[in-house]
Amino acid sequence: MTADQTAPALTFECETGNYHTFCPISCVAWLYQKIEDSFFLVIGTKTCGYFLQNAMGVMIFAEPRYAMAELEEGDISAKLNDYEELKRLCEQIKRDRNPSVIVWIGTCTTEIIKTDLEGIAPKLEAELGIPIVVARANGLDYAFTQGEDTVLAAMANRCPKQLGNAADQEERSGGIQRLFNLGRKADTPAPTESEYHDHKPLVLFGSLPDPVVTQLTLELKKQGVKVSGWLPAKRYTELPVLEEGYFVAGVNPFLSRTATTLVRRRKCNLINAPFPIGPDGTRAWVEAICAELGVETKGLAEREQQIWANLEDYLQLVRGKSVFFMGDNLLEVSLARFLIRCGMTVPEIGIPYMDKRYQASELKLLESTCSEMGVALPRIMEKPDNYNQVQRIYELKPDLVITGMAHANPLEARGINTKWSVEFTFAQIHGFGNARDILELVTRPLRRNTALKELGWDKLVKEDAKKEDATKENAKTEALV
Amino acid sequence: MKLAYWMYAGPAHIGTLRIASSFTNVHAIMHAPLGDDYFNVMRSMLSRERNFTPVTTSIVDRNVLARGSQEKVVDNITRKDQEEHPDLIVLTPTCTSSILQEDLGNFVERARLEAQGDVILADVNHYRFNELQAADRTLHQILEYYIAKARKKGDLATTKTERPSVNIIGISTLGFHNQHDCKELKRLMADLGIEVNVVMPEGAAVHDLKNLPRAWFNLVPYRELGTLSAEFLKTEFGIPTVDICPLGIVETARCIRQIQQVLKDQGHEVDYEPYIDEQTRFVSNAAWFSRSIDCQNLTGKKAVVFGDNTHAAAMTKILAREMGIQVVLAGTYCDHDADWFRQEVSEYCDEVLISTDNAEIGDAIARLEPSAIFGTQMERHIGKRLNIPCGVIASPIHVQNFPVGYTPFLGYEGANHVVDLVYNSFTLGMEDHLLEIFGGHDTKEVITKAMTTDSEFTWSRDGMAELNKIPGFVRGKVKRNTEKFARNQGIGEITAEVLYAAKEAVGA
Repeated sequence: MTADQTAPALTFECETGNYHTFCPISCVAWLYQKIEDSFFLVIGTKTCGYFLQNAMGVMIFAEPRYAMAELEEGDISAKLNDYEELKRLCEQIKRDRNPSVIVWIGTCTTEIIKTDLEGIAPKLEAELGIPIVVARANGLDYAFTQGEDTVLAAMANRCPKQLGNAADQEERSGGIQRLFNLGRKADTPAPTESEYHDHKPLVLFGSLPDPVVTQLTLELKKQGVKVSGWLPAKRYTELPVLEEGYFVAGVNPFLSRTATTLVRRRKCNLINAPFPIGPDGTRAWVEAICAELGVETKGLAEREQQIWANLEDYLQLVRGKSVFFMGDNLLEVSLARFLIRCGMTVPEIGIPYMDKRYQASELKLLESTCSEMGVALPRIMEKPDNYNQVQRIYELKPDLVITGMAHANPLEARGINTKWSVEFTFAQIHGFGNARDILELVTRPLRRNTALKELGWDKLVKEDAKKEDATKENAKTEALV
Repeated sequence: MKLAYWMYAGPAHIGTLRIASSFTNVHAIMHAPLGDDYFNVMRSMLSRERNFTPVTTSIVDRNVLARGSQEKVVDNITRKDQEEHPDLIVLTPTCTSSILQEDLGNFVERARLEAQGDVILADVNHYRFNELQAADRTLHQILEYYIAKARKKGDLATTKTERPSVNIIGISTLGFHNQHDCKELKRLMADLGIEVNVVMPEGAAVHDLKNLPRAWFNLVPYRELGTLSAEFLKTEFGIPTVDICPLGIVETARCIRQIQQVLKDQGHEVDYEPYIDEQTRFVSNAAWFSRSIDCQNLTGKKAVVFGDNTHAAAMTKILAREMGIQVVLAGTYCDHDADWFRQEVSEYCDEVLISTDNAEIGDAIARLEPSAIFGTQMERHIGKRLNIPCGVIASPIHVQNFPVGYTPFLGYEGANHVVDLVYNSFTLGMEDHLLEIFGGHDTKEVITKAMTTDSEFTWSRDGMAELNKIPGFVRGKVKRNTEKFARNQGIGEITAEVLYAAKEAVGA
């Protein structure tokens, strides 16, 4: 039998799905801030409300544009009419906030009692005169960031077909908002068309903070690629035009439903690329887009090199260290790929859900990165089991565990460095300019714990500390014998 | 349906989980969809727990919807039983399982056959009870289970302890300053010569519960948690309950006197009056404080109090009775126990508000314009918006309300802490008010990176006057812009004219 010359392929495993993650309704927290004229109504129970209230921390007090439609016993037993109830609440929202869109977030409860949100929405939309978008972001089907995916997939259906259709425009935006838009457009001088190559329109999808949107848009502009629009835009009334044959590219690894919708429903061409996380990912992302659009890239290798050179101080801290992803937000593969390029080893990538088609390019880049860096391929653990993972962590003793808050403090108390995974979702991690921010996050526990190491307090749980003392004692006796 | 932005008491399962994870070696298994286990995050974050929170989820997903949980719940229970060997596993229903109406009781029966430890199903309905009611019920349920078990086995300890002793009931994880209160109560009991028999649920093992009947009496410091358990112990074993919350000097004395009576009734002659007098007048500083000149300045100041029953009622009494502050409104979100609250506070405040709607409370505060608020984190934020200081006295709370330092609310040390809290809230308010009147701390605002550097500009009197008319939150920015403008134009003294010229220059 001759040795297989092809590089070993990634292995995918699947555990029990008994892991900790945020409920997908948490997407309202960043989406209501991103889409400035929206209002998110989560139709669920006290359990959902209490989660949002606790997960959002102080954000909740800043007059948020989201609320719970809290279901009561009468709603569950259908003593009350869903349509009438929702109408009453949405009228109140319209009166108090006058949003350009109301997004209904369906929850586990509306799934179980089979509330026909998709059926009620169009009727109520006609009656109220406000668009109602329905996203079923529930814990029965999805994890954490996948919530955004369900919302964007629903929004993709609302993107206008053609610009210049006056009636369509009129319907989508109130007069005042259009005035705002015009005013804003006048602020930024329109770049002359010659700056761009002649290519098919490109629309990017994924919600990112505005500074990151600007950075990525400019990055493509450097290559002469014009971004015609973003899904989502800053305002619902500015959703991009989507026509058949447009090119679309995702900026985040958890947007597979949105991608599917864009391809199947809107007949767009999906550019399958690694995600612009880390300088390696950003370069590969830009290259993939340029290749599809028939644009030749320039100066990308130098740009990447320069970014890596600027990261050297952080790279020295992480080189040769190992990192274990417990898995909860679907950014894991991209982050692991970047960290391996930084010189780290990754024994396990836990991930809630793995779309091998949507993440195909990212997975390929992970494989090639591993072989180039000469490190073992990580085990990709879909639907992980946190209990088993903790046992594996005890065995492997990784230098860093990227995990949810439920496990972070207990692991720290046992002398294991942790980084809270949710921070990666809220920090700015995309593009060349933000690679430093990722490493800032990754190295923070390492830097902090190096600073504290001298003190000798790394084990702070009694039973564990005793056990360690006992092993030390045993070793001493053995050495004596 | 109810439009809600914020809620005071959490859903029922949170109450059950708080009880389960307060005990040692008790594990809770939630029957819930993915993401409902954020209780673990709260416990790990807020109370900075070093240990893994003993709560896992038997996840309800699409398959469960289609086919039912079948073996899943039973498997999860037996698996946890083998992994961690808990004494007790509490199967915890959530809003989801309330609607699915799976026969969780049957799962528990089946799991019992295989598990080494005990298994029970928490008897709480999501749509009927909130967090606080559920916690009270679950504690009672666990207690009842272990008393029955001990009875059956014949090892129920019913002989009273030799010396007077007490069970402290209602200390729990994520409870407002519960850990500190517990320590303070133990200290108080030691001072009174009373042994602490069992503290529950926090830190108790389920095996300890059979010893509960040995105590001479039960102390239930919080109205919300432990009442049902104490009632049960009273009917079963005739153990009397002391349910006056020792929060504030007067109430602490009342609580001690009730304890004295309870002991006397059981033939144990004690006289705690000298102790109360000594503590009140010479050891604790709270009584002296209310007599001091500082506190005189608080006379007749208006305050709003809002929180859970225990803390809101006690704070209202402290403010009104011990400090001479006018409580214009006292409120609670414990609408399930509203009568008790009304009865407790009505003679100490102008108005009573029972509501779970934070907008209603916000409106009331805006209308009454008190000098200080004593409420939950929500009222603190209402206060921020209205520029009214707020002392946090009750859950819901954030991580800053789990201080590392010793800060009980109960007992004599608690009274000291409450005094500080009240006084600091009011002086901050006064200071702020004076600043408004006199237009700022000092005329030189810190605009450079060093506090001591003098600005190179002199502001004329009229310039300064104009500057002070500008709302506080943008004043610093306007000042910087103006000085930048002056620097560019080579102007030395900034007058009102210069200020407005600068304003025009930036197009504002």
